Amino acid sequence: MSTTEILFWFLSALAILSALMMVTSRNPVHSVLWLILVFFAISGHYILMNAQFLAIVNMIVYAGAIMVLFLFVIMLMNMNADTEPQKNKWMKMAGAVASGSLMLVLVAALRDTELRSKGLEGAEGSIGLISQLGKVLFTDYVVAFELSSVLFLSAMVGAVLIGKKN
Amino acid sequence: MPVNYYIFLSVALFCIGIAGVLTRRNAIVVFMCIELMLNAVNLLLVAFSKMHHLAGLALDPGSTAGTEAQLFVFFIMVVAAAEVTVGLAIIVMMYRNIHSVDINFLNRLKH
Repeated sequence: MSTTEILFWFLSALAILSALMMVTSRNPVHSVLWLILVFFAISGHYILMNAQFLAIVNMIVYAGAIMVLFLFVIMLMNMNADTEPQKNKWMKMAGAVASGSLMLVLVAALRDTELRSKGLEGAEGSIGLISQLGKVLFTDYVVAFELSSVLFLSAMVGAVLIGKKN
Repeated sequence: MPVNYYIFLSVALFCIGIAGVLTRRNAIVVFMCIELMLNAVNLLLVAFSKMHHLAGLALDPGSTAGTEAQLFVFFIMVVAAAEVTVGLAIIVMMYRNIHSVDINFLNRLKH
């Protein structure tokens, strides 16, 4: 096995195990920490696929900003494993079976897709670099970029309006 | 690794996220599972971007095919950040009113 294959399997196992731990851990703070680990594993995958800019943005925005926001809210509400509401056993089992069935169907449907493409890891091309992405972002997609700034402004105003005491 | 492995990894992460949404009652954890599903889709988009780019490179050495997918992922992250802000504000407001984040009580959001 080459180094990239070992890295792929390691990061995939890390992502799936952390995701399972996130869903199953009773303490919400532990869930947040496991989810941060998932995001780091996905960032590792981005780096393997030569998408450096997205890897860094994923780490800063998701693992940094968004998960800290979650952590703040959870600690603000003083949640722990004792206050965690639990669904009954049968509901949990039904949820697991439902999602497992979806996974079974998707895997069965996609199992016979062509293996023609070669490995996606490697340093070919430079589309993941910030210079290339920035050039396209500020020429072809400048309207979407400006619209997303308006979206952020409205989200900020909305969060303040919803969050303030009346 | 061929793109199939990335498809299966994304499917696995997405289904774990769905399992979390269906089995947890804490609204914040449900919200985190939705973030996990968004990330699974992002991973798949990046994998397809790289596949498309490799195919483009085979035809033309200076090809920039696949850039759009990466920008799409970038915009998904932007929208997810805005969504998290508003969603957490709603959850905090709900907690202030009913002192719980149990989604079984969420049907009382109207009063």
